[in-house]
Amino acid sequence: MKLAYWMYAGPAHIGTLRIASSFKNVHAIMHAPLGDDYFNVMRSMLERERDFTPVTASIVDRNVLAQGSQEKVVDNIVRKDHEEHPDLIVLTPTCTSSILQEDLQNFVQRASLDAQCDVLLADVNHYRVNELQAADRTLQQIVQFYLERAQKKGNLSTEKTARPSVNIIGITTLGFHNNHDRTELIKLMGDLGIDVNLVLPDQATVDDIKKLPQAWFNLVPYREVGPSTAAYLKETFDQPCIDVTPMGVVETARCIRAIQKILNAQGAAVDYEAFIDEQTRFVSNAAWFSRSIDCQNLTGKKAVVFGDSTHAAAMTKILAREMGIHVVLAGTYCKYDEAWFRDQVSEYCDEILISEDNGAIADKIATIEPAAIFGTQMERHVGKRLDIPCGVIAVPIHIQNFPVGYRPFLGYEGSNQIVDLVYNSFTLGMEDHLLEIFGGHDTKEVITKTVSADSELVWSKEALVELNRVPGFVRGKVKRNTEKFARDRNCSEIDVEVMYAAKEAVGA
Amino acid sequence: MTLAQQPQTQNLEFDCDSGNYHTFCPISCVAWLYQKIEDSFFLVIGTKTCGYFLQNAMGVMIFAEPRYAMAELEEADISAQLSDYAELKRLCEQIKRDRNPSVIVFIGTCTTEIIKMDLEGLAPKLEAEIGIPIVVARANGLDYAFTQGEDTVLAAMLQRCPTSEDVASETEKEERGGIQKLLNFGRKKDDVSSPVSDYKEHPNLVIFGSVPDPIVTQMTLELKKQGIKVNGWLPAKRYTELPVLDEGDYVVGINPFLSRTATGLMRRRKCKLIGAPFPIGPDGTRAWIEKICSVFGIEPEGLEEREAKIWESLEDYLAIVRGKSVYFMGDNLLEISLARFLVRCGMTVPEIGIPYMDKRYQAAELALLEKTCRDMGTPLPKITEKPDNYNQLQRIQELKPDLVITGMAHANPLEARGINTKWSVEFTFAQIHGFANARDILELVTRPLRRNSSLHDLGWDKLVKEEVSV
Repeated sequence: MKLAYWMYAGPAHIGTLRIASSFKNVHAIMHAPLGDDYFNVMRSMLERERDFTPVTASIVDRNVLAQGSQEKVVDNIVRKDHEEHPDLIVLTPTCTSSILQEDLQNFVQRASLDAQCDVLLADVNHYRVNELQAADRTLQQIVQFYLERAQKKGNLSTEKTARPSVNIIGITTLGFHNNHDRTELIKLMGDLGIDVNLVLPDQATVDDIKKLPQAWFNLVPYREVGPSTAAYLKETFDQPCIDVTPMGVVETARCIRAIQKILNAQGAAVDYEAFIDEQTRFVSNAAWFSRSIDCQNLTGKKAVVFGDSTHAAAMTKILAREMGIHVVLAGTYCKYDEAWFRDQVSEYCDEILISEDNGAIADKIATIEPAAIFGTQMERHVGKRLDIPCGVIAVPIHIQNFPVGYRPFLGYEGSNQIVDLVYNSFTLGMEDHLLEIFGGHDTKEVITKTVSADSELVWSKEALVELNRVPGFVRGKVKRNTEKFARDRNCSEIDVEVMYAAKEAVGA
Repeated sequence: MTLAQQPQTQNLEFDCDSGNYHTFCPISCVAWLYQKIEDSFFLVIGTKTCGYFLQNAMGVMIFAEPRYAMAELEEADISAQLSDYAELKRLCEQIKRDRNPSVIVFIGTCTTEIIKMDLEGLAPKLEAEIGIPIVVARANGLDYAFTQGEDTVLAAMLQRCPTSEDVASETEKEERGGIQKLLNFGRKKDDVSSPVSDYKEHPNLVIFGSVPDPIVTQMTLELKKQGIKVNGWLPAKRYTELPVLDEGDYVVGINPFLSRTATGLMRRRKCKLIGAPFPIGPDGTRAWIEKICSVFGIEPEGLEEREAKIWESLEDYLAIVRGKSVYFMGDNLLEISLARFLVRCGMTVPEIGIPYMDKRYQAAELALLEKTCRDMGTPLPKITEKPDNYNQLQRIQELKPDLVITGMAHANPLEARGINTKWSVEFTFAQIHGFANARDILELVTRPLRRNSSLHDLGWDKLVKEEVSV
């Protein structure tokens, strides 16, 4: 048992439902007790979805507990088939069905006999995988199912399209800014003269799946959802895969160069260098921003990054490499992907944290006292408590992170968006400077809203005035450093001299 | 038992459907109960699924250092490789260290039911070892819906109420009611310490049901006006202030979903239940007070005028709802009382969906609903227990009601199809009891109507392309 107040990644069935409801005309039936259909609320509220979420529950109640589901699951599948005529029904196990150990595969087989649609059992175990792993697995499972069937029927065309083309794999419902990233990636492919063969699973039909092998390559923008599918396609159809997330100017260029290499290997003869150069220097504003004098003020500022593997890794690289910001700590809650994450960020940050415990990251933030945090909604709240600004870069997210306006994180427009997010999160450069010169907004009294413990140390009047001159957001840190310094040297009173000695000692 | 006169309810049509409907899991009750019972700690023993629901459904409350947590079961717990007892003891000790609550409430979930974790058996042993009372409530989705979670917690807690023999001094007895403190709040001292003779002679009365503190004060004062003294509330503000319950005391419910608590009070504590309509809306509030008065043989004073005055003050809202139809999909068991109030407001109700219908506990409410419909000359609604949301959506398409009261899973899709909706959950968290809060109910009910009438002229009330068969 684990005492838990909060979790970053949801339970496995959420991942399966995200995949199922991303497809068009696919229905998911959860084998779950009353109240477990909370996914429908999230989708309807967070995404402001206009259509009914195609997820229903086959309710597990007392009777099911006593006698087993018997005909119930089969009846519910057949009924939904009659009502909605979906192409596919995905029977979704939950934590409850994991323990009941009913033969759900048998229900699926029986239901397939009576239903017009296809029926699949999502192959996920609640106790072994989380939401993200389950989503990755379910997508691969559905793709494999339809490709194998097409192969058997002999209507699978593996012939490549005439022009270079791509499958974009991993865009899902309830993903972080996925709908905007989708638009941006399609635009980027258009600019590169690459046709988009299929976007998966968002807005695709299961019938589209058999087109997959016709693309020249697969692009998997996110680390969490899609790699399994791409690996399967690579193995079965020798379809190359690009798993470089085009987030930030440098990584976008790296992604495009990888595409160039793959296309040229297949005889396309493309050269994207001029495009990358034009975009980087003149179309996107991110490169120019990091050169502009305003960005100078961000140099060496401390930041903490935390999120899913994709966004935390990309953000760390952008901050460190493209903006000269000092990333003290980069972390992820994707524990299962630890090796990859370490490999990605180790040269761009001082410290790496791999943890699913929101308390661990909160404690780190409190000790580090960064100038800004880039994290999930949880870190935003930690920041609120500690009075540190936070830019939200990854799930879990709230409704305000599903903006109506165009806000991609990927591609060249994405790099512009990230610049705004980063810049707005730090105290504005000039404002910061002026505050330092004029001793802050508030010269009346010391605000001791700090995480440091109360102490019996006495501050002289002059030292207090001096402390007041320190801008609010670092005042707590200065106070604490000074007190620590005073304690180490057994000074009972802190005067201005001690203060400056302390400042020199820490080199601040 | 004053349920003696069984009202005639056979004219209402009752139906029971498949139970495929959307509602909150009953563990959601921890969200309002931990706030109500200030010295409690709620430990939900379940899986990531339960945790995910709580964290998302309760939104920002999760960040306010809540006094609730998950005891998240892992694979080793499920396969009994770990001892439940040792694991729970470890967590309870940690909670005691970090929060030092006066009571820990174990919320059993579907998983603890299926693996048959004997929480009721473990609790007394743990309680003795760690020295904190442990109350066990099985608020799971196998058996209950949404607000019924509170019912299971209160039904467990009523066993912990002391009898007057347990309580030594008279002062402590007074304090247990928590009433003195409440009345003190924001009132003049002399108002509170008014002589006991203000109250008429009547047996002890305890009210059960968790409502926000302002409602507690309002309802207590409302009864005081009739000379009725409230001896306590279940639950009180603190676990240590649970009311005194003796054999023969009278109890009355304030919410329609408290069947098990009512049963427990009658059977286990030998209390007498006053079966009344619930004090939701001015009509319900008046009927509730009148029923309590009649049981105690007290002639109610000034209620008729009071009610009339409230109705008068609601006229601006009544003008909006009059003649409109409202459809309850059903998810929180407040449906019968709300429908009755809205019929009195001049609305028509074609269907009331409800998760569970206790015809005995809600008898007086059902009778009042029927009477209200006859008085207002509107047809009697059909009451659908364990509704089927899919079938309901078909009926909604046909009926085209002016307002659908529904959960958040259906609200946006219905709005996109030009149907006004109100999220039902808001009624659970808003203050809706008593005379003064009738306005709040209508504020909620009319909000979509007011909003959509201001958008009406724009001509885009249908925002989906094809007429989807839901």
